[in-house]
Amino acid sequence: MIEVLGVTKRFGAKVAVNDLTFTVEPGRVTGFLGPNGAGKSTTMRIILGLDRPQSGTATIDGVPYRDLADPLRTVGALLEAKSVHTGRSAYNHLLFLAQSQGLRSSRVNEMLDLVGLSDVARKRAGGFSLGMGQRLGIAAALLGDPQVLLLDEPVNGLDPEGVLWIRNLMKHLASQGRTILVSSHLMNEMAVTADHLIVIGMGKLIAAASTAEVIAQGTQKSVRVLTPDPARLSGLITAEGGQVVPGTVLPSEAGAVDGADLLTVTGMDAKRIGELAASASVVLYELTPQLASLEEAFMELTSQSLEFGMHGGQSDGLLAAGGNTALAAEREIAK
Amino acid sequence: MTTQTPAVMVNSVPAAPQRRPGRVFGLLTAEWTKIRSVRSTFWTLILFVVITVGLTAGLTALIVHANGPNAPARDARIIADPVGFILGAGIGLGQLTICVLGVLVITSEYSTGVIRASLLAVPKRVTMLLAKIIVFSLLLIVLAEIVSFGSFFVGSALLHGLHLPGSTASLVTVKLSGPNVLRAVVGAGLYLTVLGLFALAIGGLIRHTAGAIATVIGAVLVLPILSGLLPSNWGAHINAYLPEQAGSLIFSDRGTAGQLLSAWEGFGVFCLWTLLLLVICAVLLQRRDA
Repeated sequence: MIEVLGVTKRFGAKVAVNDLTFTVEPGRVTGFLGPNGAGKSTTMRIILGLDRPQSGTATIDGVPYRDLADPLRTVGALLEAKSVHTGRSAYNHLLFLAQSQGLRSSRVNEMLDLVGLSDVARKRAGGFSLGMGQRLGIAAALLGDPQVLLLDEPVNGLDPEGVLWIRNLMKHLASQGRTILVSSHLMNEMAVTADHLIVIGMGKLIAAASTAEVIAQGTQKSVRVLTPDPARLSGLITAEGGQVVPGTVLPSEAGAVDGADLLTVTGMDAKRIGELAASASVVLYELTPQLASLEEAFMELTSQSLEFGMHGGQSDGLLAAGGNTALAAEREIAK
Repeated sequence: MTTQTPAVMVNSVPAAPQRRPGRVFGLLTAEWTKIRSVRSTFWTLILFVVITVGLTAGLTALIVHANGPNAPARDARIIADPVGFILGAGIGLGQLTICVLGVLVITSEYSTGVIRASLLAVPKRVTMLLAKIIVFSLLLIVLAEIVSFGSFFVGSALLHGLHLPGSTASLVTVKLSGPNVLRAVVGAGLYLTVLGLFALAIGGLIRHTAGAIATVIGAVLVLPILSGLLPSNWGAHINAYLPEQAGSLIFSDRGTAGQLLSAWEGFGVFCLWTLLLLVICAVLLQRRDA
């Protein structure tokens, strides 16, 4: 279990983490979500004893990181910033870490096999691709078979295959009862990986709840309706207490759909709208429940605290919510 | 470079075996792995051996065979302190490689970011620094003593050929058993070892390779020249207590009267400088964010 209690970290006049308190429970993947510059990396570095906070404490199973004996046997970490000597081989990188923890060199080979780097173990790590570097980082994190794992933006820049690998690895490790804290600014990645979310913005806690709860609390659900008789259907829906606003035509259907026929209904589910339309013999061309994406929920939660302003593309989130998250991840990186 | 992404499902992470006994030994072997597994160590040490022994041999041979108008005065200086001449010939330039290596041993951790991995593994930072200091000193003292003795034997053999024109009688014979000779030869190795730690401390303070190397070389080569320009009396005092000036007395002590520090006193001053910098380095390492 990771406990962060009232942690504040300032860099000069800039407050990176502001009186932050949360706990990370074992047995599930906890997503650590926030826009770039929200203080995620700094918080993780404080938990890991790399940065010293001005006030507050961070402990792992009740012990500050700096007081852990053989810390890699308790905590594994994958930092976002590079932490491998470019001139040293993958084998020697893991070897020195293993020696410092009293682990045999056979352990290094086990880890290299696990992450699929055995073939390049003797090559200089400086020549590794992003994905290989990430796998070396994972091997280092798992070296001591730790019960607690902190992963800072582990899927950043990875190809879809690499994203899937990391995602499954995290779920698997959590299912073994380990404590997993994984940070990301990619909301959709978290939607498919994390069971629980800790959302921060400008160094402050915004939400700490299950992923489903965060989505639910973030945005109202709506239904997209396409009908040749919008006026009559609107009347029926509002009479039953639903709210109707004109819908927006998606770029992909421009020309094929008349914008006047599109409605966005809130406060009433798709089932009831269909029943109303049938009872009044109103034709429906489309009746689509719009699930709020984590991205939207996140935008709503953090809109007060975004440091660099909100970037556009809420419809991106809608499209990506049920679809290919790797694609969304790439789109996110391109921004 | 590409490799196949391993099977998507990791079946299980094998459990870590029990701890092997000997925590201190583990930390030392870890630091040894770090030092030996980067090419810069290998190349700087090769350069150190080649430059030091090579220059000793080259300069001594040159002196023995060059007979210009200044030769008698120069020969007189060499005869007065043959050991100092032999050791100084190669170390003067060879020591710069030790400065570079001492700096790199710590700054390369910062420039590549591996310092974060190191401190995650050993969050007791002063312990990590001590392990690094111990391993680096052991490596240096072994190599520096070999180079020092090697330079001495090569240099003294060549210097034995120094004679007056037209004569075959050697002007100077240097033996290890001569007064203070063994001290000077062993001392040169000690000086180089402490110099490596002096550079390591400055590397740990500055944390940037180029800046730290410039600072160390400035302290070793430039400071003595600058202090030499100061007015005589207190300038001489400052000069005598500068790290390199004091430290190098141990292998170039001419035993002249009126010298402010003896060989061992000078070496002690150099050790104190180094210790002071190492302590500051440790305190800052403990305090600063990594």
